[in-house]
Amino acid sequence: MSKMKEKAVSSKMNGGYVPGSSGHVYQKRRDPHHVRSAVLTIAACILLAALMAFYQKNASDHSYAISIIERSAVYAVAAAAMNLVTGFTGLFSLGAAGFMAIGAYTTAVLTIPLSARASVYYMNGIAPWLENLQVPVLVAMILGGLISAGFAALIGIPVLRLKSDYLAIATLGFAEIIRTVLAAPMMDQITNGSYGLNNIPGFTNIFQPLILAAVCIAIMMLLLHSSYGRAFKAVRDDEVAAEAMGINLFRTKELSFVISSFFMGISGGMLALFMRSIDTKTFQITMTYNILLIVVLGGIGSITGSIIGALLINGGQEWLRFLDEPLTVGGVSIPLFRPGFRMVIYSIVLMVVVLFWRRGIMGDREFSWNHLFSVFRRKKKASQGGAQ
Amino acid sequence: MAEPRENVLHVENVTMQFGGVVAVNNLSLDVDKGEIVALIGPNGAGKTTAFNVITGVYQPTNGRVQFQGDTIIENHPRGKMRKNYLGENAELYSNSIVRTPDRITKLGIARTFQNIRLFKAMTVFENVLIATHMRSEANVFSATFGLNRREEMANRELAMELIEMVGLKDEADVLATSLPYGKQRRLEIARALATKPSLLLLDEPAAGMNPQETDDLADFICRIKAAFHLSIFVIEHHMDLIMSISDRIYVLNFGKLIAQGTPEEIQNNQIVIDAYLGTGKTN
Repeated sequence: MSKMKEKAVSSKMNGGYVPGSSGHVYQKRRDPHHVRSAVLTIAACILLAALMAFYQKNASDHSYAISIIERSAVYAVAAAAMNLVTGFTGLFSLGAAGFMAIGAYTTAVLTIPLSARASVYYMNGIAPWLENLQVPVLVAMILGGLISAGFAALIGIPVLRLKSDYLAIATLGFAEIIRTVLAAPMMDQITNGSYGLNNIPGFTNIFQPLILAAVCIAIMMLLLHSSYGRAFKAVRDDEVAAEAMGINLFRTKELSFVISSFFMGISGGMLALFMRSIDTKTFQITMTYNILLIVVLGGIGSITGSIIGALLINGGQEWLRFLDEPLTVGGVSIPLFRPGFRMVIYSIVLMVVVLFWRRGIMGDREFSWNHLFSVFRRKKKASQGGAQ
Repeated sequence: MAEPRENVLHVENVTMQFGGVVAVNNLSLDVDKGEIVALIGPNGAGKTTAFNVITGVYQPTNGRVQFQGDTIIENHPRGKMRKNYLGENAELYSNSIVRTPDRITKLGIARTFQNIRLFKAMTVFENVLIATHMRSEANVFSATFGLNRREEMANRELAMELIEMVGLKDEADVLATSLPYGKQRRLEIARALATKPSLLLLDEPAAGMNPQETDDLADFICRIKAAFHLSIFVIEHHMDLIMSISDRIYVLNFGKLIAQGTPEEIQNNQIVIDAYLGTGKTN
C-alpha cells in the first residue's frame, strides 16, 4: 500500500516547438483487454439471443417475461433519448410524454388494419383522407419520430432559451398541450378522442422490439461519441467556455433536443405496438416521471445506465407484485399486504436509492467489462487486505 | 523590420455601462500583428469586462471593435440607455452589430478565462479536441456514422500535438479537473490554440503560479506567439512577467485608460504608480 509513485513533474514545456514538426501520429489508445471485452460482449449477445429464442419458442409459458422485456426495450429507448438531452446536454426537459404521444398516435393511426378501422372509429367516424391510408409499421414509426422532431424544432426555438427549471416547466406544459390536443373533440376523427385507438398491430416476436431498441440506442451512442456528442457535453459542462470554443449554444441545444425527440417519437411508436391500444391517458405526466426515474436510477449521463434502469424499473414493478397479495404468517393475516402496497415499497426503494446512491447505478460512465472486473478485483483486494 | 504594422485588433471608444456603473469608459486600444500587448490595472479596473466585450460576452453600450480591419462589434446607447448614458462619444456610432462569442471565436479570436473554465467531466485530450468541433465540416449524420474519419483523425492529431506542446502528454487521459492549477492554465491555452486563432486573449495566465512557473510561462507565451504567428493580448498582475514579455502596455483604472506605452515608459509613469500604490489622498 505504501508504494507511492513519485512522478517527477517537470514544468518545462517542450522546448523549441514548431507545429507539425513533431512527427507525432495520433495513436488510438488501445484498451489492453480489448480482445477479452470483445469476446465477452459477443458471448453476452449470443447468450441473450439464445435466451430470447427460448422465450420466443415457449411464448405462451413466458408471456409475462416477454412483456417485461418488451416494455423495458421501449422504455430504454425513451430513457436513452431523455438522457441525451438531460444527461449529456444538460437541458432539463420534461416533454417526454408529449413527444412519445406524437410518435404513438402517428404510428397507431397509420397502421391500424383497414378492415378494423370501421370498428375502431365506430363512435366518431373516421376522417375521409385517413380511411384508406395505411403504411408499413416501420415507415409509420419513422414518420412518428420525424413529426415529433418537427414539433421539437418548433418549440425549441423559444423554449431552449430558458434555463433549467424554467425549461422543465415549459416542456411539461408542452407535453400537456399535446395530450389535450390529441383528446380534443376536433381531433375525434383522427385520434378517436377519449375512446383511444385499438387494434394496433403488435410485435409478432420478441426480437422486433429488441432489435429496434438496439438500433436506436446504438445510433445515439455513435452520436455521443462523435464531435457533436462532445459539443453536447461541452455545453452541459460550461456554456461560457463552450461558446468561447466556437460552439453555437442555441444550435447545439436545438440539435440535441430535436434528435432526442425523434427517438422519443420512435419509442412512442414502439409503445403503441407493444400495448396495441392507446389513449391519451397513457401519456400523462406520470409517464415522463417514470422515464425520468429510469434515467436517474441508471445514472444521468450514462446510456447503458438507462438500459439497466429500464430493466430494473419495469422488472421491479412486477417482481414486487407479491406484496399486493394477502400474506398470512402463522395464521395471522398481515394487514399491510394488500393491493397497492407494492407501489409504496417501490417508491420507498426509489427514495432510498436517490438519497444514498445519488449518482445512480452507473454514474456518468458507460458499462465496460474492464470496469466490472476491476470492481471485483478491488473487492477481492479489500477482503484480502482486511484478513492480513 | 520595414514591414508596415498591420492592425489586428482595434478597439474604439468602447464604453460598457451596467445600470449606473460604467465598468469600461471610452476605451480605445490597438493590437498589431505579432505584438504582445498587456492590459494592466488594479482590481476592478474593468480589464476582464474589456475582454468580455471584445469576445462578445457583453454587448458594449457604445463603441466599436474592429478585427483585422473589419468591424465585428458596434453599438451606441439605445432605448432607455440613451437617457441614462454616462459615457462619451454617444453620437459617433449609428450601427448595432452584435456577435455571439462563438462567432467571434470563429473569426479567429481565442481566449482563456481568469477563473479557469475547463470542461469538468472531460479528459485533458477531450478538452482540447472540443475546440476543433467548430471547424468540422461534417454534418451530424456523417459524424454519427463515422464518415468523417479523416477529419476526425486530423483533429485528434492536432489536439494531441497541442497537448504535447504544453507538456501534458502523460496526462492526456486524466480528467481535466484533476490536474494541478498550473497545468490547468496551460491546458486552457492549448484549448484556445486548438481553435486556430490569430489573436489570443489571455486573462491572468500567471494567476496562482509560483515564480518558476511564471518564468516558464513567459518563455511559453513567446514561443507560441512565434510558432502560431499570433498576436497576444494579455491581462496580468505579475509585473515581472508583463515587463519582460510585452511590447506595449495599456493601464486601466476605474474603467478609464490612464496610460499607455512601452514597459519602460509605464514603469516610470507617475500616474500608474499612483494608481497602483495609491496617492494617499482620496479623490
